Amino acid sequence: MNWISPLRLRRAGILSMNRRNVGYIGRYNERASYPLVDNKLKTKLIAAEFDVPTPHLLQVVTQQHEISHFRELVDELGGFAIKPAKGSGGKGITVITRRKGDDYVKASGAAVSLETLERHLSNILAGLYSLGGTPDVAIVESLVKPNAKLAKYSYQGVPDIRIVVFQGYPVMAMLRLATTDSDGKANLHQGAVGVGLDIGTGQSLNAVQFNKAIRLHPDTGLTLANIAIDNWRDMLEMASRCYEATGLGYMGVDLVVDAEQGPLLLELNARPGLAIQMANGEGLLPRLKAIESLKRFHRSPEARVAYAMEMFARPIQQA
Amino acid sequence: MTSRLPFYFAIFLLITAGLALAVLRHVELGIPWLPGKQQPVWLVEARVDFMAMNEPVLASLNVPDEPPGFHLLSEQAASPGYGFSVVSEAGNRRAEWSKRFATGSQTLYFKVQLIPDTSVTNEPPKEPPLARRVFWEEPQATAVREVLQQARRKSSSPESLTRELIKLLQPESPEQNTTLLTSGTNYPELLARMLNHAGIPARIADGLQLEDARRRQTLKPYLQIYNGEQWLTFNPHSGDQGLPDDVVLWRQNAVSLLDVVGGSDSQVSFSMLRQTVPALQLARVEANDNGLGFISLYQLPIEEQSMFRMLLLLPIGALIVAFMRIVIGIRTSGTFMPVLIAVAFVQTSLVPGLVAFISVVSMGLLMRGYLSALNLLLVSRISALIILVIFITTGISIVGYQMGFNTGMTVTFFPMIILAWTIERMSILWEEEGAREVLTQGFGSLFVAVLAYLAMSAPVANHLTFNFPELHLVVLGLILVMGQYTGYKLTELRRFHPMKAYKS
Repeated sequence: MNWISPLRLRRAGILSMNRRNVGYIGRYNERASYPLVDNKLKTKLIAAEFDVPTPHLLQVVTQQHEISHFRELVDELGGFAIKPAKGSGGKGITVITRRKGDDYVKASGAAVSLETLERHLSNILAGLYSLGGTPDVAIVESLVKPNAKLAKYSYQGVPDIRIVVFQGYPVMAMLRLATTDSDGKANLHQGAVGVGLDIGTGQSLNAVQFNKAIRLHPDTGLTLANIAIDNWRDMLEMASRCYEATGLGYMGVDLVVDAEQGPLLLELNARPGLAIQMANGEGLLPRLKAIESLKRFHRSPEARVAYAMEMFARPIQQA
Repeated sequence: MTSRLPFYFAIFLLITAGLALAVLRHVELGIPWLPGKQQPVWLVEARVDFMAMNEPVLASLNVPDEPPGFHLLSEQAASPGYGFSVVSEAGNRRAEWSKRFATGSQTLYFKVQLIPDTSVTNEPPKEPPLARRVFWEEPQATAVREVLQQARRKSSSPESLTRELIKLLQPESPEQNTTLLTSGTNYPELLARMLNHAGIPARIADGLQLEDARRRQTLKPYLQIYNGEQWLTFNPHSGDQGLPDDVVLWRQNAVSLLDVVGGSDSQVSFSMLRQTVPALQLARVEANDNGLGFISLYQLPIEEQSMFRMLLLLPIGALIVAFMRIVIGIRTSGTFMPVLIAVAFVQTSLVPGLVAFISVVSMGLLMRGYLSALNLLLVSRISALIILVIFITTGISIVGYQMGFNTGMTVTFFPMIILAWTIERMSILWEEEGAREVLTQGFGSLFVAVLAYLAMSAPVANHLTFNFPELHLVVLGLILVMGQYTGYKLTELRRFHPMKAYKS
């Protein structure tokens, strides 16, 4: 049977769900800061204050009657993304890549009419996708054009980079690639591929899909062993600055690399998942404990990133 | 990091308080730990026979009042045509039968139910009794004096004097004095007189030997002396102090056992039977006059009682859900949906409940698929779903009834709103995560619900939660402890198994 003994898991320093909830999310995340991450609009605004770029905000739809303005705005646009501000796990996000006559073409290739998009906006406002069904606002963002170097690994969806930031220190990172199984989404439990990234260099480590180690992307067939992320230090510093912005001690920072604008903050997550440990082939606990045992925390994001890159770098692999 | 010590101490207090209170109530009130436990009860029947003499009759029988070692559960009289009452005067209780006119042979019955209870003892009298003055005629007076002197030499206290005296008066002892005294007299009465003469208050009490299914038994005399604090009982023949467990003292104060006015040839005989009664029933009868009985839910009106029976089971369900989610790691749809489903199962019983639940949810999912295509707003979609769920349950009930399945009706026990939300959640899950996740969570929920049902419908759980509501403190403590569990869930051991591939 495929079981692992708890002793062995503990030796590997794997963070368990219960421990994450009690020991990290419960202890380091202020309840009052949650709205900052649960509401994408607030995240965008606060991120801008801390020099963390996000996809360009085109429009905010807060009232049903404002939906008519959307029609005017969208007329001039080629591609855009509609997101519910309080949606979670990618729910309710519609990505339009281009126009085709009067219709709009979604990332999956399906064409939808303007009426469909307006009803979608109406649903978002009614709270269809928000946590607990509370009324919500819809945000319209410019489309992220994924950096070609990374985009080729992903099937359909935009590849994103999840960085777990603890007390402002980036402790673990992975690249998430969409697959046919994940239906263009970058969620690991839906079948996206997770590629662990070395905090020290931004080089890929291991890759997993459905909890199994893989070497090649199941759809694109590309080897996942030698991916390197450019501007790695900048990205880590961006993630680290989100700590000052939100005050959340334990969070997941999701970044995308835009072909023109470079790294952008996609969203923040106050309850980042545990699958990143599998992608890295390493447990989070030793790193979290190393940060917890620091006598003096580094003040600036730059110092924290420098410390983390040195501390958590993978020793050079065999040849 | 704040110290966890006060927290664990509080939990320790909760759990010990709950357990201690339960144990205390078990010991004090005799509430049994297990349902269906039986406790022996002695049914003793006194039968009074006499010949009525064509005139008004008043029969008065001394009856026990909390005899040592027994608890009086109930008493009743059977005597057609007689007026009956129990009167107590000067610490004596007497059953009195009266009739204006009676003739011929008469039989009166008086029944008591006695529970063996070692905690019942004779209460010390309010005023210490005084020794009776006794006059002896010669030659007995000399004999009494000498025997008492002999006994006194070998003794130091009223108790030891009594024992020595009984020894000396035994027929085996060769003393001339004793033969003189014991010949032709009522021996226990003689003992009592001699002790009173020696300045020790003494009296005769009548005891009844309890043996199952005995009839026509008579009372046996026991000697009681007052040692300055309380009345002590002695066997007048062996000198053994204390009362055997199977002897109930029917008459203690030196009053007559039976008085009959207007009758002759009166006599009392006893028959007895050992019965067993559910211990719980006894505890309930007794709880009313005990200080700890105030926690008992039996004080509530019956309607509220049945309500609480259900409510008090919920913590068990919550405990199971907490354990399954925190320690085992089973995913359920909605945190406490399984408990509510389990409550419904308790009403419907398991198999019909399962069938009804699965059919309602799957039909609901089909209909929800259509609603989904309509693209409705959330609130109206859920509202529509609630109405559909009510239609479905009505349909199942009617069809089930027509086909002769009464179990079809039980579907109404399911909480409609919860069903509607379950369907809604499952449906969204289906759209977002696929059918596989719906099945995982659906079966996870059902599995937990069935477990919670099994725990909640166990007679022991029902009995303990209702009769020992303080045990919920223990449940609360356990749930709080689980809230601190930071170890791996059982399912995580499987989830993280690929970590075996990496050296650690």
